[in-house]
Amino acid sequence: MIQEKQTILWNKEVAPDIFELTLQGEMVDAMVPGQFVHIQVPREDLLLRRPISIATIDAETGSYRVLIRVDGEGTQSICAQHAGMTLDVLGPLGNGFDISFLNPKDKVLIVGGGIGVPPLLGLANLLHEKDIDMDIVLGFQTRGAIVYEEEFKRLGHVTITTDNGSYGIHGYVSTVIDTLTQPYHAIYACGPKGLNRYINLKFEDHPHAYISLEERMGCGIGACAACVCQKRKEPRENIKICQHGPVFKTGEVIV
Amino acid sequence: MNRLRVKLPGLDLKNPIMPASGCFGFGGDYGKLYDLNLLGAIMVKATTLEERYGNETPRVAETPSGMLNAIGLQNPGLEDVLNEKLPKLMKYDLPVIANVAGSTEEEYIEVVRRISQAPNVHAIELNISCPNVKHGGIAFGTDPIVVERLTRACKDVSRVPLYVKLSPNVTDIVEIAKAVQRGGADGITMINTLLGMRIDVKTRKPILANLTGGLSGPAIKPVAVRMVYAVSHAVDLPIIAMGGIKTVDDVLEFFMAGASAVAIGTMNFHDPMILPKLIDQLPRRMDELGISSIEALIQSVKEARAHE
Repeated sequence: MIQEKQTILWNKEVAPDIFELTLQGEMVDAMVPGQFVHIQVPREDLLLRRPISIATIDAETGSYRVLIRVDGEGTQSICAQHAGMTLDVLGPLGNGFDISFLNPKDKVLIVGGGIGVPPLLGLANLLHEKDIDMDIVLGFQTRGAIVYEEEFKRLGHVTITTDNGSYGIHGYVSTVIDTLTQPYHAIYACGPKGLNRYINLKFEDHPHAYISLEERMGCGIGACAACVCQKRKEPRENIKICQHGPVFKTGEVIV
Repeated sequence: MNRLRVKLPGLDLKNPIMPASGCFGFGGDYGKLYDLNLLGAIMVKATTLEERYGNETPRVAETPSGMLNAIGLQNPGLEDVLNEKLPKLMKYDLPVIANVAGSTEEEYIEVVRRISQAPNVHAIELNISCPNVKHGGIAFGTDPIVVERLTRACKDVSRVPLYVKLSPNVTDIVEIAKAVQRGGADGITMINTLLGMRIDVKTRKPILANLTGGLSGPAIKPVAVRMVYAVSHAVDLPIIAMGGIKTVDDVLEFFMAGASAVAIGTMNFHDPMILPKLIDQLPRRMDELGISSIEALIQSVKEARAHE
């Protein structure tokens, strides 16, 4: 974990109000898919950093990509920065996805929803290098909100759902997942609360099913206890998402 | 001579800058970013007798130049703090100020009695000002009679000097400060957060699960300065001041208001390196302003008041 000024190499709007920033910095060497960075808002009056998932990592150029949805003044301010400008970044933070147990030709299910999709692309890149077979189910609100479809298609078998039926299968990702019968060696999911909750329950007993959670954060490093979730089993315990997550095994915590 | 050195009851500070309770955990997380030995002291997270789980999430909400929090005193409880958290700070040359909270007078007394015996706890900060718990916290900090009684009871059992943390959510903070002094405290820390609220216009509901939370950050600094100024005129106790400090000038402003040391809370979230940065920048700014040492500054503020 370090704090550094990172240069924005690229900034482009990839979907309405969704910006892809490519950032360059020393911390890239230490990044693994599933981790996040805590980005300072370049405005004096907005104090809290914004926790943003790392999408893809490029060790060669020492850069990585993040996808940020403009959801308020803070994200708007970050996304308004141009290529060549810098951002104050703390990271990499959190635990990342565990893939250590996977072997070539293993079958993996990847489930993403909306702005939860980006960290799964970095994961899929890594799994592709390990020659893992992937079924990828991605849900979006509308056709316009779809991101990274082409990139995922190069890595595995992709199914897209949209809430309003404007593209792909009409409905939530559960519409597709409930029809899948194949056993998977691992399942990785990241999305809105409903999606995470669904995966958390559906694959509760799966030995290698993982969900990545989000929460409003303070420090981002485990000191302030703002972003906690409750452990599922007794004795009761509150776990810090920024420090012990954001990736959890299904059944580990209450979503 | 170390021109940043300040001596307070129980505390020989190599510099007058420390992290405020609740924003720094028990130090370990920030210890991964820099050497905690740089700090003047450390105010650790509030400790209660039993483990507390805190409030539901969301627990934080942003506000202009500030934030609201309603953590709800989540902490691992006295036993874990004594056995796990405090020993990990032993490797540092760092006085620990243990923040103590409770829902009953008995709980406060028991935690103070035991935590004050920990070898690296140099002072107690009695938290009678947390606005985010249903029982205890601020309930003990708003009535001068209760404040005086609790202060005395805790002072009686404490092996180390006792500081009491004041809430700004009172009609007259000077009355509370006087009660703290009558109760025999060795010092005051101030201010805790100001009670506030935010509502999400899309959902029409409060952002915080706890509905209300404590406002902190630069937004509250003028309130804190005013209160430190008033309290330091009214009581003869050293004050460790906190409330929106962001720059070295903010640090010095609090000394000029009557403080003897300062703590930084919320701004750690904005810039996790803020404490070492301020400690590093302080001597240069003192040079520019003609301040020879912090002790001299504290003394000159006192002397100027004697002639008011």
